[in-house]
Amino acid sequence: MSLMHAEQTAIRHPGDSGRLMAWVAIATLPGIITLTWHFGWGVITNILLAILMGWSLEATVMRLRRRPIVATLRDNSALVTAILLGASLPPASPWWLLLVGMIAAIIVAKHLFGGLGHNPFNPAMVGYALLLISFPVPMTQWTAPLGLLSSQAPSLSDIVFHITGLSGTTLPDTWTGATALDAFKNKPETVMASEFWATSPLPEGARTAWYSVSLAWLAGGMLLLYQRIIGWQIPAAMLGSVLLAATVLYAVDPSHHGSPLFHLLGGATLFGAFFIATDPVSAATSRRGKLFYGAGIGLLIMLIRTSGGYPDAVAFAVLLMNFTVPFIDYYTQPRAQGHSRPNHGIKPPPSSNEDRR
Amino acid sequence: MARHFDFPGGIHPPARKQRSAEAPLRSAPLPSRVVLPLQQHIGTPAEPCVSPGQYVRTGERIAIAQGMVSTDIHASISGWVRSIESHPVPHPSGERASCIVIDGDDKDEWQRLPVLNWRQSHHAELIERLRHAGIVGLGGATFPAQIKAAIGEHHRIDSLVVNAAECEPYITTDDVMLRTHADDVVEGARLMAHLCGAERILIGIEDDKPEAINALEASLRASGTDDDAPIALRVIATRYPSGGEKQLIKRLLNREVPSRGLPADIGVLCHNPGTLRAAVQAVREGRPMVSRVVTLTGAAVNRPGNVEARLGSLMCDLLAAAELREAEVSRLIMGGPLMGFELSHTEIPLVKASNCLIAATQDELPTAPPEQPCIRCGACETACPAGLLPQQLYWYARSHDHDKAELFNLFDCIECGACDFVCPSHIPLAQYFRAAKDEIRFRRHEALKAEHARHRFELRQARMEREAAEKEARRQARKAAIRRRSQDQGLSEDSQPTETTDNAANAVMEDDIKTLRIAQAAARAAVKKAEKALARASETGEGDIDDLEVQLATARENLRTTESRLSAAREARENAS
Repeated sequence: MSLMHAEQTAIRHPGDSGRLMAWVAIATLPGIITLTWHFGWGVITNILLAILMGWSLEATVMRLRRRPIVATLRDNSALVTAILLGASLPPASPWWLLLVGMIAAIIVAKHLFGGLGHNPFNPAMVGYALLLISFPVPMTQWTAPLGLLSSQAPSLSDIVFHITGLSGTTLPDTWTGATALDAFKNKPETVMASEFWATSPLPEGARTAWYSVSLAWLAGGMLLLYQRIIGWQIPAAMLGSVLLAATVLYAVDPSHHGSPLFHLLGGATLFGAFFIATDPVSAATSRRGKLFYGAGIGLLIMLIRTSGGYPDAVAFAVLLMNFTVPFIDYYTQPRAQGHSRPNHGIKPPPSSNEDRR
Repeated sequence: MARHFDFPGGIHPPARKQRSAEAPLRSAPLPSRVVLPLQQHIGTPAEPCVSPGQYVRTGERIAIAQGMVSTDIHASISGWVRSIESHPVPHPSGERASCIVIDGDDKDEWQRLPVLNWRQSHHAELIERLRHAGIVGLGGATFPAQIKAAIGEHHRIDSLVVNAAECEPYITTDDVMLRTHADDVVEGARLMAHLCGAERILIGIEDDKPEAINALEASLRASGTDDDAPIALRVIATRYPSGGEKQLIKRLLNREVPSRGLPADIGVLCHNPGTLRAAVQAVREGRPMVSRVVTLTGAAVNRPGNVEARLGSLMCDLLAAAELREAEVSRLIMGGPLMGFELSHTEIPLVKASNCLIAATQDELPTAPPEQPCIRCGACETACPAGLLPQQLYWYARSHDHDKAELFNLFDCIECGACDFVCPSHIPLAQYFRAAKDEIRFRRHEALKAEHARHRFELRQARMEREAAEKEARRQARKAAIRRRSQDQGLSEDSQPTETTDNAANAVMEDDIKTLRIAQAAARAAVKKAEKALARASETGEGDIDDLEVQLATARENLRTTESRLSAAREARENAS
């Protein structure tokens, strides 16, 4: 047992688990700020509400499980889950939508499986997927990128009124607009991609808004990489496989497929690559396994986007790959020193003969 | 810098070696009383050969090695044996063990073994000397040196590696000792290479010990004859745990010690410089192992440094000599901060395994924060020098899933603590792994014990069966004798059976005899096999000889049973015809 700990010494180290999670929260700031800039205060209300709900749900469960509440909240895992779910939902989502999502994320996906470290699925994505399936209408109503300060944009009081649920489940039409991926997904089969874009199907500035948000997530991801909070394996494999699949599809049939850049920046790909897929608890373990895991997510994203029913697919792709993690883990064990080859599969080692020392 | 290879992972903890490395090697004051545990080595404890009240001189044997893996214990001061009693010894759980306590007379009168010249002595004589001088590996494992020296009889050794890496923070024993006694270490390496038949010697040392490297270079230039194995000094970049035997061999030779194997399996023998110096002193000066160099350091001592201290000195005396500020100590550690353990008090003796004592203040080595759940961040995987997945092992160790833990190569863990060091959730991973290993070993031991019991039961069954068969054979023999007697008296015609039944009975008997002859051949083969297994075990020292003897006895009983049955059947046939 080591009596010396890295974080208690002067060497460069991310610190304890709570600080690690805090860094993830900090790294979401560029993305959140850009989202707010383009899509209004609804982003902030989403996230703040989600955080409050996340903390109270976590505290409730901890009380029921008779575990220390403050120490658990300090691991910041509920905070990160709340931020990620809040940022994924359409801005100014009503409170009940957030609550259902957070209950699914914190209670069902995390604590019913044993709490932090024991959840096989990414909690935020469980919440998101549940909402997407159960409440498709409010989940696909993204606000138009009216800008934070423009006169058409809803004021903070409008938003507060809306999230209380008093104004009905749908947003006023003037506020909403499809996401770029959604619009492209619903493009009629007979329309060529170039023609489609020529009709300007999106609200003004939508594409720029989405691209800049993606780049902001990328900036946050770079911070995580620099701080060594995440490894390069999952984002690189995931983005690589998205790019590869998109390039192949685009090269074969550019008239019906989005460009690689569109797939990379148009939706939640970068957000997913740096903030969702990299959740260490539900990801594959070994470095090699992480490559397979990331590549699988990328391929599933492209498969669902082109042949599936959903315009963006990060949540489903991540959840599906979460299923495969035990399998990946068994088959990607690194070669241990003193072994000629790695152990693969679930068979016990051949004749575990008595160790000689 | 010489070319070197690499092992995966590794960490760069703060070295904190400066304070103790600056001071020159000192001699600790002669203790007035020593406490010498009977087990200071891996293997069987030695058996005391002195009685209370007896006068012993420094270097006199006070306990005799028992069995193959064991070594002698010597008085480390001259004086009177006070008692043989249970006393606390250095152990993570504060255990007590049998110790010989000697009250010193402050004269330090020596009794040495005869001086030998290793270049002219027989191997057997030198190996015997290592055993009688109580030499054990001083790198931490305390493995008796004579076994390693004799390893050339079973394995072909091509390289002797001198492990002077000393990678763990705080510890500077090898560094400081090499600065003053590099000549002895080099000669010791030549002696060991001579004994195991190594063709070359590699000295592996980390680059943070420039003075020791200079001293080694100087002594390499100055010494050696043409017949000696060539010695190469390999300076490697500092990284924990380069001083791990397997890790150093990988770095110097790019060979991997096979899983569950020994370095000897790949032609390498590894020795700590302290052991080499002790070995050469035992041969050249006839000086048994009665002292060792120990680092006394930590922020709570005023005079950190390395001292050559008599074994059995109490740690409190050693620390007092290093001017310990007792009030400031928050934890007292034997060994390094990564692989060592905490001592609950200091009234315990210095043993052959004690390489370092750290009296740390709270600021220096703060208590670990509470353990948090594993978030599988993979920091441990990046640090693991054995290429394991500690996060998975932790999962299986915690759930006592031993098969899975072994599937993830639990037994390749060297317990270096690199994973603990980097773990952001402060999980004492190495401790979990050690516990899991102990549990698995215990279960295997239990299973083995059950099997031995079964073997003993089988022996009893076989013996009873044999007795029954012999009884039956005797009965048949008596019957035959009676029949023969009556035949002689001409009464045979009356008992002549009818022709048909005779033929049928004869056929059945022939079949029986055939079956019994096959059984006899099989029993004979089983005896041969058991004999061979026993012979092999007693030659190599591996395996359980008692159990094999039981199995051999069972096989012999079975053979006698079949033999008796066969003779009984033959008599019966005779009787019938």
